[in-house]
Amino acid sequence: MNSYFERRYVVTGIFITIALVLLGRLFYIQIIDDRYALFADKNVLRKTIIFPARGPILDRNGKILAQNLPVYNVLVTPKRMKPFDTLDFCKMIGIDKAGFDKRLAKAKKYSPYKPTIFEKQISVERYAPLQERLSEFPGFDVEARTVRTYPDSVAAHFVGFTGEVNDKKIAQSGGYYRQGDYIGISGVERSFEDVLRGQRGVTYRMVDSRNVEKGAFANGAFDTVAIAGEPLMSSLDIRIQKLGETLMHNKVGSIVAIEPSTGEILAFVSSPTYDPNLMVGRERGNNMMKMYKDPYRPMLVRPIQATYAPGSSFKPLDALIALQEGIITPQTTFFCPHYYQAGNHRVGCEHFDGVTDLRKGIAQSCNTYFCNVFDRLMNANGAKNIRPTLTKWKGQVNKFGFGVKLDVELPFEYRGNVPTPLHFDKVFGKNRWRSSSIISLAIGQGELLATPLQLANVEAVIANRGFFYKPHLIKAIGDKKIIKAEYTERNDVGIDPQYFEPVIDGMQDVVDHGTAAASRIPGIVMCGKTGTVQNSHGKNHSVFVGFAPRDTPRIAIAVIVENGGYGASWAAPIGSYMIEKYLRNTITRPKAQVDYIINHNLLPPPPGWKPPVKKLSKKDSLMVDSLRKDGFKKNWKKIDSIKRHLKKHNADTAKRAIELKSASRSAKHDSSRYKLVAYQPKRKEDEQ
Amino acid sequence: MNNNRRSFFFNVDWVTVLIYLALCTIGWFNIHAAVFDDTHPELIDLETQYGKQFIFIISAVILGGVILLLDSRFFISIAPVFYVVTVLLLMVVLVVGRNVGGNQAWIPLGSFKLQPSEFAKFSTCLLLARYLSGINIRITELKSFFISAGIIALPMLLIMLQPDTGSTLVFCSLIFVLYREGLSPYFLIIAGLAIVLFICSLLFNQLYVVGILVALTVAAIFLFRLKRETVVGLLGGLVLAIGFIFSVNFIYKNVLQSHQKSRIDELLGISSDIKGVGYNVNQSKIAIGSGKLWGKGYLNGTQTKYSFVPEQSTDFIFCTVGEEWGFAGSVVVIGLFMFLLLRIIMMAERQRSPFSRVYGYGVASIIFFHVVINIGMTIGVVPVIGIPLPFISYGGSSLWSFTILLFILIKLDSNRLGHVL
Repeated sequence: MNSYFERRYVVTGIFITIALVLLGRLFYIQIIDDRYALFADKNVLRKTIIFPARGPILDRNGKILAQNLPVYNVLVTPKRMKPFDTLDFCKMIGIDKAGFDKRLAKAKKYSPYKPTIFEKQISVERYAPLQERLSEFPGFDVEARTVRTYPDSVAAHFVGFTGEVNDKKIAQSGGYYRQGDYIGISGVERSFEDVLRGQRGVTYRMVDSRNVEKGAFANGAFDTVAIAGEPLMSSLDIRIQKLGETLMHNKVGSIVAIEPSTGEILAFVSSPTYDPNLMVGRERGNNMMKMYKDPYRPMLVRPIQATYAPGSSFKPLDALIALQEGIITPQTTFFCPHYYQAGNHRVGCEHFDGVTDLRKGIAQSCNTYFCNVFDRLMNANGAKNIRPTLTKWKGQVNKFGFGVKLDVELPFEYRGNVPTPLHFDKVFGKNRWRSSSIISLAIGQGELLATPLQLANVEAVIANRGFFYKPHLIKAIGDKKIIKAEYTERNDVGIDPQYFEPVIDGMQDVVDHGTAAASRIPGIVMCGKTGTVQNSHGKNHSVFVGFAPRDTPRIAIAVIVENGGYGASWAAPIGSYMIEKYLRNTITRPKAQVDYIINHNLLPPPPGWKPPVKKLSKKDSLMVDSLRKDGFKKNWKKIDSIKRHLKKHNADTAKRAIELKSASRSAKHDSSRYKLVAYQPKRKEDEQ
Repeated sequence: MNNNRRSFFFNVDWVTVLIYLALCTIGWFNIHAAVFDDTHPELIDLETQYGKQFIFIISAVILGGVILLLDSRFFISIAPVFYVVTVLLLMVVLVVGRNVGGNQAWIPLGSFKLQPSEFAKFSTCLLLARYLSGINIRITELKSFFISAGIIALPMLLIMLQPDTGSTLVFCSLIFVLYREGLSPYFLIIAGLAIVLFICSLLFNQLYVVGILVALTVAAIFLFRLKRETVVGLLGGLVLAIGFIFSVNFIYKNVLQSHQKSRIDELLGISSDIKGVGYNVNQSKIAIGSGKLWGKGYLNGTQTKYSFVPEQSTDFIFCTVGEEWGFAGSVVVIGLFMFLLLRIIMMAERQRSPFSRVYGYGVASIIFFHVVINIGMTIGVVPVIGIPLPFISYGGSSLWSFTILLFILIKLDSNRLGHVL
């Protein structure tokens, strides 16, 4: 009966085998494979990031250069939406019905369950009424963000700007940045990103399969609070920074002012500049394109990225090196016959100075004097040993900061150039050059190139009588007011202090009754040096360097106005106004003088620019044609008069002062930004 | 013997009853966890599924008690009646049944819904047992085989018309009963091979599969000295297998419904759509996989509590077990089922009456099939087939039918030392 008894084992075997297969699979997905736990967390956890406020940037007196403005992003979760008064809602956030539908469709496409940004950066003004009625619009949420705002619209090149982080940065940050985060893109916003950005906070909430919140995860054990970014105190003085930018209106160039006793940069003007507020908000992309296309290159940070031959402003340095080397004494004289002649190479001199000593040489900016000094200096070890002599000279010049990076906090600083013997080998052939070949170095021309920051630094050295602190833009980092160690280190330039006084005497004469006599500040002893830098591309650059007061220097300055002509005509008055403003907090000279400089347009015509040419009008050309048909010989006088008339008109147009404008002046502000700025709480007015 | 007869109470297999109660309790707690809602924290609330399940369990236990009080011979005599009534109900349901989720499987009786396919399971078992225990019935004889197959096939056909593929397939498990009673082992082997070939021909190019089969056959013929009949058998099998392989595509495209097809695609990895067809299984795997070794703890399963897994109190109840109790809990549940199954087989084998033995194997096969398919589908090793996990899933009909199924066996077993039925 029970004939197939043994088959029970087969059945039992099959049962057990299949049960073991199930257990094995369970073992795999529950214990070996970790992915499922992650997926479960991903399902249920919704991470909300709390964005920290970015640290403010202050000037040296605590006035705000850059701060935050609260804005609000409207988020939408399409699946949670219920019917509501769409028109009313559109009116509240300032869009039309078509825009509403477009945004909603986009959000639905992204995800019906996840909140998506519906409208970016609405102002407090719009947000306040919306917030009160938010419960009437289910499915809409508001997320607070902050954007940068620059209340005085100054020092654009120094502060730089922020923007949404790009994919490359996200990858480099090792997971710190996410899509949509703001990051410093240029200026100190970029250099001090770590200090300014603060620390993000995070809250974890649990949601069910319909994305409905179900409370905090693990009672908030993993949540963190946002920590606001730390403030950054810059060394800039907003008063002279602002004045500098105003004075440089419609001019290309830069101003750098340094406090010699610390190396702190007081003014950092690059012109043409732009309103940093243009780089915030929805119009940013368009504005940026305009800036990049502008032939005057407002994005260039000229104080550290433009290099110029220092011109005559180099002469004090020449004298210092010669004095230190014992080549000349303050009493050494040379005769100036209106030129300097070495072989058949002649360097002209603007003045007919006669017998010239050091003081007079500097005061009158005598080319002859300094060519002689340089010639003696180069031939000090014999004409054939010029290579080591030049190398040594280069080392001395480098010590002043020329031809080396000064390590200011901003990225992309240029080094300038001090030529080496190798360079001249290339130009003239090996050892086929002598002091006369390189004589233009004596008057700061030729291969010598320096940034405005380096020029200002040299003045700081002279003001300090022999040493400088590396120029820097940041006075104190963060709440602890840290100053980087390298900026408190004294750098000696290797010139003994006693050699400075004769040179400074000369520089005082420059202002008192020399080339810059027109820029004398009554009551302040200013020392300076003008420069007229020869420029192969156009009009000479106008340069002024100087410091004041003479005995207790508080400010050293370099001003460069491109294509300005004589140093005394533009750079020197600008420098003197800056110095007076800084020392006295007011300008005592007539306002009309200042306004003349502010209003004068020195923008050179951009490359390829031609004055508008009027062609023959249709009527005229028809007339000419008919006259020709009639017989050229008979009517040539009439034809000629028409053509001559046109020629004269064109010549007049070309002559007329050309009103050129930098694009930064015509760029469009984001209209919503205007509202934002208008909504600012009133700041305490400047003591201007 | 007299002694045993008097004390019926001691002849009841209490171990099985205990396992049964344990599984019901586990089920109840897990249903509670699956539909848990902070607003209804109490365990017994008739508004909720776990409240209702509590009533179902109590009534099922009473039902079990009533069965134990009945006479064993009653089940034998009533078997054909049960069978006929069930078949009639299965026909009725096709006419007046309520259509829920595409299946016309429920007969509405007031607030309660009756699912005849659940009762078809034990009535078929009973009639099959009665038929096979008859004198001179041998499954090896063609006539007996066809009659047995007919008994199984009739309710299968009717259920297929509902259409309820899951319950239909349950009857296939009765092949184990027939095997135990003497059916040729080739049936099991052919069934296994058919499944393997089906999967292979879906996964790989059919020509390769055919090529490999031919190569294997030729190798077998030349490497081993086989009898002529075996060679002929092998070749016949090969031809049938090749025919089967080529018909797979046809079956797959024309016979199977589109949702079944996509479920198989999903399982075999032919296509992947975790937001559509694959959503259930994917979320279920996430739930079970995230349980790790010890689980997240009772009522702490986020996947189930926040309803990421659909059908979690019925077909996907095992997710809750896997997520909240971890691998340890899974082992306990599967272990309990295996213990129950082995116990049932042991009980079946110790019967003197063939009726009880056949019925016992029927019970084991049906429970086994449910457990394997249900758990297998939650962890993605078998395609999604909507059948409940015995004693654990929420639902009155299924709990009662499994209780009846099991307790009839316990009743029959308690009489094992009495008269031969």
